Amino acid sequence: MAKIQGWCAGLLLVFCAQAQALDAGLVGRLMTGDSDEKSQAITELVVSGDPAVAPLLQAFADGDLQASGSRALITSGGRIVDAVTAEVLPALPDDHEDLVVNNRMRRELADALAVLKLLSTERADRLSAARTLVNGADDAMLPLVKKALAAEQDSEIRGLLEGVAASMEIRTGDTAQRMAAIIKLGEAGGSNAKKLLLPLTVKNADGTWAEPDGDLRAAAASSLRSIESRLAWGERVGLVFAGLSLGSILLIAALGLAITYGLMGVINMAHGELMMIGAYATYVVQSLFRTHLPAWFDWYPLLAVPVAFVTAALVGMLLERLVIRFLYGRPLETLLATWGISLMLIQCVRSLFGAQNVQVENPAFMSGGVALMSNLVLPWNRIIIIGFALVVLGAVSLTLTRTRLGLFVRGVTQNRTMASCVGVATARIDTWAFGLGSGIAGLAGCGLSQIGNVGPELGQGYIVDSFMVVVLGGVGQLAGTVYAALGLGFANKLLEAWSGAVLAKIAVLVFIIVFIQRRPQGLFALKGRSLDA
Amino acid sequence: MNIHAAPSLVNRIYGPRAWLALAIFALIVFVVFPVANLVLPASSPFHLSAYWVALAGKIMCYAIVALAMDLIWGYAGILSLGHGLFFALGGYAMGMYLMRQIGREGQYKSDLPDFMVFLDWKTLPWTWWNSDQFWWAALLVVAVPGLLAFVFGWFAFRSRIRGVYFSIITQALTYAAMLLFFRNETGFGGNNGFTDFKRILGFDITAPQTRMALFMVTGVALIASLLVGRYIVTSKAGRVLQAIRDAEARVMFCGYDTRHYKLFVWTFSAVLCGIAGALYVPQVGIINPGEMSPANSIEIAIWVAVGGRGTLVGAVVGAFLVNGAKSFFTQAFPEYWLYVLGLAFILVTLYLPDGVVGLLARWRSRFRSGSAVKPAATVKAEGDTA
Amino acid sequence: MQRRHLLKALTFTVSAALMGTAAQESLAQAKTVKVGVLHSLSGTMAISETVLKDVALMAFDEINAKGGVMGYKIEPVVVDPASNWPLFAEKARQLLTQDKVAATFGCWTSVSRKSVLPVYEELNGLLFYPVQYEGEELSKNVFYTGAAPNQQAIPAVEYLMSKEGGAAKRWVLLGTDYVYPRTTNKILRSFLHSKGVDDKDIDEVYTPFGHSDYQTIVGNIKKFAAGGKTAVVSTINGDSNVPFYKELGNQGLKATDVPVVAFSVGEEELRGVDTKPLVGHLAAWNYFMSVKNPENDAFKAKWAAYAKAKKLPGADKPLTNDPMEATYIGIYMWKQAVEKAKTFDIDKVIAAVGGQTFKAPSGFTAMMDPKNHHLHKPVFIGEVMANGQFNVVWKTKGPVKAQPWSPFIPGNDKKKDEPDGKSAT
Repeated sequence: MAKIQGWCAGLLLVFCAQAQALDAGLVGRLMTGDSDEKSQAITELVVSGDPAVAPLLQAFADGDLQASGSRALITSGGRIVDAVTAEVLPALPDDHEDLVVNNRMRRELADALAVLKLLSTERADRLSAARTLVNGADDAMLPLVKKALAAEQDSEIRGLLEGVAASMEIRTGDTAQRMAAIIKLGEAGGSNAKKLLLPLTVKNADGTWAEPDGDLRAAAASSLRSIESRLAWGERVGLVFAGLSLGSILLIAALGLAITYGLMGVINMAHGELMMIGAYATYVVQSLFRTHLPAWFDWYPLLAVPVAFVTAALVGMLLERLVIRFLYGRPLETLLATWGISLMLIQCVRSLFGAQNVQVENPAFMSGGVALMSNLVLPWNRIIIIGFALVVLGAVSLTLTRTRLGLFVRGVTQNRTMASCVGVATARIDTWAFGLGSGIAGLAGCGLSQIGNVGPELGQGYIVDSFMVVVLGGVGQLAGTVYAALGLGFANKLLEAWSGAVLAKIAVLVFIIVFIQRRPQGLFALKGRSLDA
Repeated sequence: MNIHAAPSLVNRIYGPRAWLALAIFALIVFVVFPVANLVLPASSPFHLSAYWVALAGKIMCYAIVALAMDLIWGYAGILSLGHGLFFALGGYAMGMYLMRQIGREGQYKSDLPDFMVFLDWKTLPWTWWNSDQFWWAALLVVAVPGLLAFVFGWFAFRSRIRGVYFSIITQALTYAAMLLFFRNETGFGGNNGFTDFKRILGFDITAPQTRMALFMVTGVALIASLLVGRYIVTSKAGRVLQAIRDAEARVMFCGYDTRHYKLFVWTFSAVLCGIAGALYVPQVGIINPGEMSPANSIEIAIWVAVGGRGTLVGAVVGAFLVNGAKSFFTQAFPEYWLYVLGLAFILVTLYLPDGVVGLLARWRSRFRSGSAVKPAATVKAEGDTA
Repeated sequence: MQRRHLLKALTFTVSAALMGTAAQESLAQAKTVKVGVLHSLSGTMAISETVLKDVALMAFDEINAKGGVMGYKIEPVVVDPASNWPLFAEKARQLLTQDKVAATFGCWTSVSRKSVLPVYEELNGLLFYPVQYEGEELSKNVFYTGAAPNQQAIPAVEYLMSKEGGAAKRWVLLGTDYVYPRTTNKILRSFLHSKGVDDKDIDEVYTPFGHSDYQTIVGNIKKFAAGGKTAVVSTINGDSNVPFYKELGNQGLKATDVPVVAFSVGEEELRGVDTKPLVGHLAAWNYFMSVKNPENDAFKAKWAAYAKAKKLPGADKPLTNDPMEATYIGIYMWKQAVEKAKTFDIDKVIAAVGGQTFKAPSGFTAMMDPKNHHLHKPVFIGEVMANGQFNVVWKTKGPVKAQPWSPFIPGNDKKKDEPDGKSAT
């Protein structure tokens, strides 16, 4: 507390202070002291108002600072610079040590940097500083925030800073300021504001109100209500998004199976392993980019998607030619053979890549999320997976309904002999169709690699769910698969919010069992007159 | 078959040679194993260690499950991917009794099983009522899987759920049960399940004599299941079942209510699994929800397919072959055994659609049509394929 | 024809039985001693256990190269229990009765240990168990070289309560629904009560095995954290960690706001994760690869060389972790005990293991407690760094004695700190 007051006082002085060299003693304490000494040194450095402090602390926070005795060497940007003397060193001295930061240091550095940057000329700097302060700022910073507000033109930063100022004035200002702050927080605040308003509306242990002013109390209560309703909306939207995201994952996992099993009748227990192959293909592409095209690393998904598709499709076609084509018409035996295939594929990957998970890094644009509300962040990777699932779904349904291959596939699956009679090369169509289904499984693996583990057992985690989705939707019906996937996704997330993850999963499985009793052919049964459909 | 003299029950079930084979099997289980394990000294080259007794006992339990699976899959055409559940339920019913038999010898020296002490439970939950009585445990072993199968089957067959739809919902059933049993609150030991048994019916469970007795009881159960299974499939009801498998609609049009037949064999099969599970638990010393995992249930189907569907004895052979191979390969080639096993499944499906037993039948008919029958050679050839 | 099928099954069993006897006889030829390695090489646990098999083989090679144990070369018997718990018991029995191993190094999950425990007690075998676990167990036939809760969980929570660790006031105890998390959380809840934390400030959440969708849970953590400075104690099991951490990073929950301390996440588990968003989250172990001392440098160099020589997958980035170190310590303690007892006789070796010391890669001298079969080990708390390694931010002054019977569980004060039947030997 006192420290931040110190910073602010110092900063207000900065504008008249002359630039001077960094104090070598302070820097030395920053290098060698224990945590308390370091944090004291940070404060004093900020107060000193030297422009060289910001780069030094930034380097510290980024882990680009090396200690050599009590000298501080900044190593960012490929050069080694002594922070005090600004001397450029040709190489690191032998006694250099990484200066590591723990969470406490990281937090203090972030606060210090925010203070330093609030008056920066760069908009991005000010924005990030304001965001840091929103997460919890000290009352002592109010003068500084006010000063920054007065100079600020950018509306987004202004909004943030007004919130920051309000959260301080609510405790320290006069009645009018506090009233304004309460109203302001009610308009824009999130869960932090709730924390500030709650104490105004409760009674003390002796039965008196914590806040003696009745008007303020009433205003706080109404502000709280509006914040709470806003937060509740955030939760509702979050729930819908979570259901949508889980549904899209189930959908993309089950789509390939909807073709190999749904249309072709192969109980493909190796479906999960085809997904795993897609994920490993993504991993290989990613590793190649990392070693050969590091500058283009963020673009690796563009190549990984087709590679995953083609790899899985080729493996699938190979399996079809070697094993599965001998088993058409004996669906339950395909279960046995594909189970064997899945065992072999798992062990094969284990021998090639090891039993451990491999690292698939999200490209930068898929990391992080978009903050819609104060309590709602939608992660980019999930948003992109939803889009990806839609694109794949569109492509599959177009392929099946608008292309010659799709026509043949539908023809062969509906009436093999008739299709053969009119000249369709049914055996070749089977191979292509199986390849298509496998390729889509590969795409699913590529998508899933951005969300979860990539390891030899990846497929095993999805195979049961995939079968549930296809069967619930109705075998042979793409639309059914879509509805089933989304339905299960939403049901699972709704129940999870209500009863916890374990019971939710059990309840969904029981629901499937009961549902199949009502509709033994799934959601969308193929219409026909045959009793033994 | 002769209309004038309907075959006696003995003849109906098996021909003389099969009875002879069964007698030899019984001889091995009831004489060779006990003598080699208990009577011969450990130094003798023919001594059989407890490991082999436990292994053979375990596989015989699996063989009973495989038999149960063959009854519904091979004869009635119903593929269950949830039979591991019935097996596990039987095992849990027996496991509860064994847990109570530990008495105060657990880590916490309490009357309650250790895991309950740990969860701060003061009394047994209602599910454990009477679980210290062997007769109650024996009743549960039959009743719980039987009742669950009956209720599940009653609804499923009434709704005319067939084929893969049936397979998938049985899978959902066992998966849901697995998740339920993983929870500690369910009251069955969570993920750890039941272990560290001390006694059964007052006998020390680790004593060689107790082990041998359990082994022999399992042998009796296996032979009895085989004979009862045979009795069912050679009866009129058995033939209706096979007709249902081949063309259910026609059977219905002939005036049979197929639901009853299916429900009967389905429930019976589940009960067999429960018994197998109950015999399995004291011999391997652990029961946990892992037994209900969908993969385990798929494996049961694989034993049957490898041995040969619709022959009953094929199921037994398949269980012995696959599990024997698994035990052997996991030690001989720990890094590569999945390749061997996976390849074996593929080859069996591709080239032995009727399983190992079907292959033997083919060979035998070739011998028949060719020169004189040489049973010894056939047996030798079988050994080679194993 | 039916009978032949039966015959066949029998021939198989009997011939297999004979093969087993033959194997026993070939034992006595060379001057070797058989040692079992009981780790899953396939199935769900292969991800964690495979490296333990490799590090054990490395230690055996190293010992053999230096003349073996009392002149006997170690002959490892590696079996694959395939993450199948009954198979663990079967394989344990096989190792003890067929191969007659002098010691076994193995198991990871508690359930696998519980499954083999009766077998080791019945046949009087010797098992070294290298993984942190929930305690509440002691057996004369097992030596526990991993951490008990007081050597991992409690120091971690104390650290997070300290000013240095962020002075957390509210706690989310998040785990996979099985015994280790349940027990650990029970101990922690009771520990937090003793520190004056109310039940309303503790949230216990469990997920099923293999859970991969952490949206709701991370959302709830955020909501909970709005009520005050919060820390998350994660006992999430292996595979679910990657989706959890990815969700955490993407929903913008940073370690400076809500630190997560994990007890099952080490260098190997982070291999599959992009750690940049996770910088600052914590783990508590008795060893980190990043620990700087000569023993650890030698250990890492040996492992890297071994991984390269054997062309192990991942040899381009050889990693060491806590259970690997614990396996390594266990093997050397067994060797020293055998040399002290001058025999492989199980009872005499068990008596000799207690009190053994070993200069461990952690930089401290680990000692096997003379009584309770657990190691005295140092405790480290590390923060995840961007390169997937841990930066040690706190450590104990010296090795800590294990408390397998946590004093935070009622009734344990009456438990003996020594396995039953131990004094008889």
